[in-house]
Amino acid sequence: MKKAFFASPAYRSAKSRAFFIAVCLFSTAAMAPLFLILWELVEKGHRQFRPELFTHVAPTSMEAMLARISGEAIPGGILNGLTGTLTVLTIAILMAIPLGIWTGIYLAEKRGMLMARLVSSLSDLLQGMPSIVVGVIVYVWVVRPMSSYSALAGGVALAVMMLPMVVRSTEESLKMLPVSLKEAGLSLGGSYMSVVLRILLPSAFSGLFTGALLAISRVMGETAPLLVTILGAATVNWDISRPVSSVPLLIWEFYNDPNLVGLIWASSLLLLLAVLGINILAKSIASKWKIQ
Amino acid sequence: MKDRLFKAGLLAAACMIVLLTAAIVYGLVVRSMDAFERFGIAGFISSSAWDSQTDDYGALPFIAGTVVTATVALVLCIPFSLSVSLFNGEYFRGRKLAVVAGSIIDLLAGVPSIVFGLWGFYTLRPVLVAAGISGQGFGILLASTVLAIMIVPYSSSLSAEFIAMTPAALKEGAYSLGATRMETIRYVSLPVASSGIFASYILASGRALGETMAVTMLIGNTNNIPRSLSDTGNTMAGIIANQFGEAGGLKLSSLMAIGLLLFLLTAAVNLVAKYIMKIVSR
Repeated sequence: MKKAFFASPAYRSAKSRAFFIAVCLFSTAAMAPLFLILWELVEKGHRQFRPELFTHVAPTSMEAMLARISGEAIPGGILNGLTGTLTVLTIAILMAIPLGIWTGIYLAEKRGMLMARLVSSLSDLLQGMPSIVVGVIVYVWVVRPMSSYSALAGGVALAVMMLPMVVRSTEESLKMLPVSLKEAGLSLGGSYMSVVLRILLPSAFSGLFTGALLAISRVMGETAPLLVTILGAATVNWDISRPVSSVPLLIWEFYNDPNLVGLIWASSLLLLLAVLGINILAKSIASKWKIQ
Repeated sequence: MKDRLFKAGLLAAACMIVLLTAAIVYGLVVRSMDAFERFGIAGFISSSAWDSQTDDYGALPFIAGTVVTATVALVLCIPFSLSVSLFNGEYFRGRKLAVVAGSIIDLLAGVPSIVFGLWGFYTLRPVLVAAGISGQGFGILLASTVLAIMIVPYSSSLSAEFIAMTPAALKEGAYSLGATRMETIRYVSLPVASSGIFASYILASGRALGETMAVTMLIGNTNNIPRSLSDTGNTMAGIIANQFGEAGGLKLSSLMAIGLLLFLLTAAVNLVAKYIMKIVSR
């Protein structure tokens, strides 16, 4: 260490500048994959990105092969995946968001208590759980008893993944509110329930909303847990007790089928744009309504 | 009365989390019992058999593959994520450029893992093949490289916060003694933030351990213990994703057992990281 300070000042400042440049270069390199991925998806997927993508179900391997042989574009789209993703996400949202917000309120209100500390650690544990393990456990508890793969099972799996994120964001945004807000409400004679529901929750709304959106965007592209819970379906299916497909699952199927592989780019592009769009929306809401 | 009911409702929601965790652990343990009874816990972990014909299963190659890919990914990601955290937490702290860079890195965390897998398969793999590292390109190195890119957001954003928390007085002290920017970072900021940075890398490695789709698309899916970086292998998450659909009986139970082991592994890693974090923030 001492040796470094005996070097000439010019050398040391040059070294410092070189270090700064290296930091900038490596940082740029770390960000580059986002643009490289987007560019590749746009370049390879824009031709498949047409109205049929949203109005037709995925083609069978046979149809795609015939189209390939005759030199046409692969027909069909990913309608069955879109409706499946919509169903599964709706189920997950309906389960995870109310429960997550409720638990988050509990954690913010009872901070420091034994039960709250336990729940907080468990929610960290759930958050770190690998997504494939979530899928496996939902297979045990939902798919096996119902003796069928189903949209419901997929929804439960995504809900388990969303839950800890919603809990955490609710807790954090409630904790950011000044205590005086709650005290003012209580001193005006408001009941505890009305203070929490009418004052604290609305004040923290932007935080809750952002947290929920981020949680949705995080699970939207999940493939692994759906692989073992919803199985996939070739047609549009609204029955939540039966197998459905989803966009990431379709991408996985296309990837594994040499005849359909041409469809991965447009579907991935759509998925990525949806995920990034929700992400950016969530961030802009957070910065716009930031609690002062 | 209403308040009581409301509070009971909040408590009930919290209890749901406890129940859920209990159900997860219980389900995993019960379902993996068959495999553990047949092979023994130590036998299952140390065996590298995976044969449906003889119904003989072991987890060693997958544990090895998981630990190796995650470790290599962690090493590969350090120069990049440390640069990002210095960029955001030191050089451009609080400036618009850091906000933009932080958002880009956050977006990278949002990219679905299957898309990372596709990109690794179609863009990075040909690069490795052209460089002559391995014939097909599949293997530990390819999987770890993509994993490294995937965990940069997790390790860098937390580290940046810890680096930014370095007391200004300490840094000013270093500057007043004539230290350059780099020397201040090297001898003041990084040592002060070191345990926080360490914890954030452990947390990131937890992510890498459980990653499924991208790894399974790139690692080559062979049930052997990887001998070198260019060797193929498989991970715990990968074998579950690949074989769960067609599995039954003892094989299903063995996959469940691997799931349980993976769950315990990530839980332990996360616990260590959270513990360090708690000590640091005190």
